[in-house]
Amino acid sequence: MNKKLLSSLKKSVRELLSMIELLLGTIFLLSLVSILVPKEKYTSIFGGNHAVDSIIGSILGSVSIGSPVVSYIIGGELLNRGISLIAVTSFLVAWVTVGLIQLPVEAAFLGRKFAIIRNLISFLFSMIVAVTTVILLGLI
Amino acid sequence: MKKKNILFRRSFLFIVVMAYLITGFFDTDIPVKAAKLSLGTLIRLIPVFLLVLFFMALFDYFINILEVAKKINKTSGVKRYLIAMIGGLISSGPVYMWYPLLKEMRDKGIGCDSIAVFIYCRSIKPPLIPIMIFYFGLKYTIILSFVIAIMSIIQGIIMMELEKINVL
Repeated sequence: MNKKLLSSLKKSVRELLSMIELLLGTIFLLSLVSILVPKEKYTSIFGGNHAVDSIIGSILGSVSIGSPVVSYIIGGELLNRGISLIAVTSFLVAWVTVGLIQLPVEAAFLGRKFAIIRNLISFLFSMIVAVTTVILLGLI
Repeated sequence: MKKKNILFRRSFLFIVVMAYLITGFFDTDIPVKAAKLSLGTLIRLIPVFLLVLFFMALFDYFINILEVAKKINKTSGVKRYLIAMIGGLISSGPVYMWYPLLKEMRDKGIGCDSIAVFIYCRSIKPPLIPIMIFYFGLKYTIILSFVIAIMSIIQGIIMMELEKINVL
């Protein structure tokens, strides 16, 4: 292995190791939250009002974590229980674009202002994306 | 700054350990289940860690990030966002795994707008599209992915404007 490649590899390992506390902390925190808030509790939170449900969907998606596949399963279940597609879409989009739990980590790496503003915009966008998607779905 | 970062990292880990201890005080099953889940996640994340490590080493070896950052910043908005979008689409694993690389790119001069586009576009997951189609249908999946892609550019533009007026 040539010297430059070895040095690049060493540098990368060193950089990754320097963040190990944050990465481990995030993984352990996300697991604790997902145990404390069982996914089946989600369906009982929605009330039936489309606008309010959409906000609830975005809030729930923002504080949720895990693979997007889990959000698809919950979203499918919510639809089956009569929750509006706008609320479900808000939930799906916020799940993948807003990360309230990992906000401290994002702030540590990319800056506090950047992380807060990006997450705030993404939160608002989750509802805009939901409304736009459902309108387009009806038109096309 | 470096000392402050180390202090933050240590405090964050300490808070997480405290959260486990406090929940364990009420129900010992909770921290045990959460720890098991974390270990499972860590094992699943090993390939992603290796992938990130590979990319970081590759970037360091072949690409002068400073030069790339300069070039990307010189390209037009559309081209710049297209690169960020493709990067977001093909990146896998949890977003926090990419923060170190994104930080490095930001330190080298990549704008907040491109970083925001990259992160937003990560919400479109090509490998998971068949599952989404299964649950919500093809038409819905295509429309949602399209709307997300457009919104990622709008978010990039907003971040660029905020950066211009020194909000970021």
